[in-house]
Amino acid sequence: MRHGNTVIALAVATFLSILGIAFAADRAFEAHMWVLTGVLVITMLIMMGKTQVAPAGRLAAEVKPTGYKDDVIRWGVIAIVFWGVIGFLVGVVAAAQLAWPALNIEPWFNFGRVRPLHTSAVVFAFGGNALLATSFFIVQRTCRARLWGGELATFVFWGYQLFIVLAATGYLLGITEGREYAEPEWYVDLFLTVVWVAYLAVFVGTIVKRSEPHIYVANWFFLAFIITVAMLHVVNNLSLPVSLLGAKSYSLFAGVQDALTQWWYGHNAVGFFLTAGFLGMMYYFIPKQAERPVYSYRLSIIHFWSLIFLYIWAGPHHLHYTALPDWAQTLGMVFSIMLWMPSWGGMINGLMTLSGAWDKLRTDPILRMLVVSVAFYGMSTFEGPMMSIKTVNSLSHYTDWTIGHVHSGALGWVGMISFGAVYYLVPKLWQRDRLYSLQLVNYHFWLATLGIVVYAAVMWVSGIMQGLMWREYDAEGYLVYSFVESTAAMYPYYVMRVFGGLLYLAGGVIMAWNVFKTIRGDLRSEASMDGAAEPIPAE
Amino acid sequence: MSDDQRRVDEISGTETTGHSWDGIEELNTPLPRWWLWTFYACIAFSAVYVVLFPAIPLVNEATQGVLGWSSRGNLSEELDEVAATNLERTELLQAVSIEDAAADPSLRAFAIAGGRAAFQVNCVQCHGSGAAGGAGYPNLNDDDWLWGGSLAQIEETLLYGIRHDQYDFTRWSEMPAFGAGILTRAEISDVAWHVLDLAGLDVDDVEAAARGATLYYDQCASCHGDIGEGMDDLGAPTLNDAIWLFGDTHADIAKQITAPRHGVMPGWQDRLGEATVRQLAIYVHGLGGGE
Repeated sequence: MRHGNTVIALAVATFLSILGIAFAADRAFEAHMWVLTGVLVITMLIMMGKTQVAPAGRLAAEVKPTGYKDDVIRWGVIAIVFWGVIGFLVGVVAAAQLAWPALNIEPWFNFGRVRPLHTSAVVFAFGGNALLATSFFIVQRTCRARLWGGELATFVFWGYQLFIVLAATGYLLGITEGREYAEPEWYVDLFLTVVWVAYLAVFVGTIVKRSEPHIYVANWFFLAFIITVAMLHVVNNLSLPVSLLGAKSYSLFAGVQDALTQWWYGHNAVGFFLTAGFLGMMYYFIPKQAERPVYSYRLSIIHFWSLIFLYIWAGPHHLHYTALPDWAQTLGMVFSIMLWMPSWGGMINGLMTLSGAWDKLRTDPILRMLVVSVAFYGMSTFEGPMMSIKTVNSLSHYTDWTIGHVHSGALGWVGMISFGAVYYLVPKLWQRDRLYSLQLVNYHFWLATLGIVVYAAVMWVSGIMQGLMWREYDAEGYLVYSFVESTAAMYPYYVMRVFGGLLYLAGGVIMAWNVFKTIRGDLRSEASMDGAAEPIPAE
Repeated sequence: MSDDQRRVDEISGTETTGHSWDGIEELNTPLPRWWLWTFYACIAFSAVYVVLFPAIPLVNEATQGVLGWSSRGNLSEELDEVAATNLERTELLQAVSIEDAAADPSLRAFAIAGGRAAFQVNCVQCHGSGAAGGAGYPNLNDDDWLWGGSLAQIEETLLYGIRHDQYDFTRWSEMPAFGAGILTRAEISDVAWHVLDLAGLDVDDVEAAARGATLYYDQCASCHGDIGEGMDDLGAPTLNDAIWLFGDTHADIAKQITAPRHGVMPGWQDRLGEATVRQLAIYVHGLGGGE
């Protein structure tokens, strides 16, 4: 019976979830279990509708897998686009709430709940799905092997979506551990651990049964990302639940140890989730789209190992001038400075791969996105080590400069390379001749680039202004500005930031439309990008 | 693909490694020299920095660094430096009377700089960043003072607060709740009309205001004065001006007569010290309404 086991498993899970409602120790957990039950029931009904019954052995033969397992990747690409637009939208809302506090709608949509919703939506929902989908795509093609584990990859994908839904609804209900980028509570963390171990199994299993003699560099990065994130996630979330059926838990660590654990996790969430994994994407999509060999194999080895070794120690730079002992601050700073060149090794390998293909930038907006992405990667991996220097940090810490920095990395590097990957993947996964419209990709490129430039520049100005206002002393040694004066001075920049975010969001919406039309099989009749006179005929 | 398919790339003239994954080849380009040397330079910088500053955790404590720098030491150095610069004027500020201090240009500038900084951290929460106050929180820019607007009176208010029982010297007054059995609702309404009349505001019910006048002389004038001029020693607000703490409508005034709200201001003697309080007093006095 096709899907029979899935339906049974979902029924059992629904039953347990209802028990969770009945015996919940607190209202928040009860509400969260209602959400879970709703999701499980809907999923179960869908799966029941798809159930087929046939004599033993007959069905198995009909659906015997051949070639690469791409169905889960198709869902993954849709998820990237969907969560991307949601995440950008929530970001614009959060930015608007800072500019106009009246937009804080208590209690579900106040800034304190919307902000983690935004960060998790873009990092884990948008970025995470980009990593899942592209890693599954790349590992199969560069290993010439179908994904290991049969439907385990399907479980990884849909399990991850359930994690996203539970995390997001939990934030809005006020369920949080209060740990940066790791806000979900203990039971959601435990579920994600199961999903992540399955992901590791699928990925390693596929590498083990590869048909290629060597493991491609992209897969080194993906593997480093999956293993390290598993370690970070487990250690950072070690906590003791107050009740077995309650939403609250307390961290195993306390005080400055807890702060350091959080930023060891937080920095490496950036380092391995948003950097190593996305470098894996870069190493596949840039040579593919540019149709050129990777610039330097030797550089890829050296920068991979130095990046992996150095990144993990840099977290303490988030805690400069705090209760963290001076020696740990020093080490956090020097490891960050040493990390500069290993990061730039990836940038060099990405950009120099284009040598001999630079002319393609004129006609290929997808390649343009990938290149701008790497340029932003280079810029923010210079800015990061610079901001980790203690004298610079004493100005930049706690200011909007940090927000600008993280967004030039997130919107520029992570966002742009994911868009490039989506535009590369969609025609291939749905067997279309080309995208619906390359012109729309071009519009998306310019909207997104302009959005990032506005956002980052505005945050630099406001952040540096903020830092200077906080440290402005008069001749007598007294502070010149109060905190609230510095907040009032930020208003115009907050408004401009909303504008930058809107540009970026508009680009995302255009992408969603383009992807939707491509999947439907439509082709827009338009002039080709190289200025050739005759339009490409719509087929 | 076979294991070794090395070829020389035509565009770069560099040999590939001989592997191909899904059509992707890799060039065997050597490490860029500038990259390698910059990497070495960063490592060398770090090695030196680690010797100069606290860095290596050992069994009982970490290495302290050759320079002897610590973030705590750095902070206390800077604080000491400021304290040393201001030591002379801080002592002088407390040695003379507050009136003399305010009259001395150098001391006055010093007091206003320090008072402004202290105000922005400690006072703006209630009195507003422009010291214009709000409902229930007095405006400090005008010349209407609940407890007196001279330098000495402002300083006294700042030191011990108002109705702040932590300080024995705190000043205290309590207006009776006239709605609790002293006056009827109709009488309170009449008094409220009369108070509006005293303030020169529009009176809708002239007869009620006339009835309220008698009640006012009996019940209110002992503190608020015959013509509503108020009394600083009792913290009784002036009623015959346009400045109102809890609102200037008939309903607002009747509400305050029925069940008065009494503001509480904390004393700052222990929290800020007498020197800073004196600076604050001179700063607030100079906002425009000091007497």
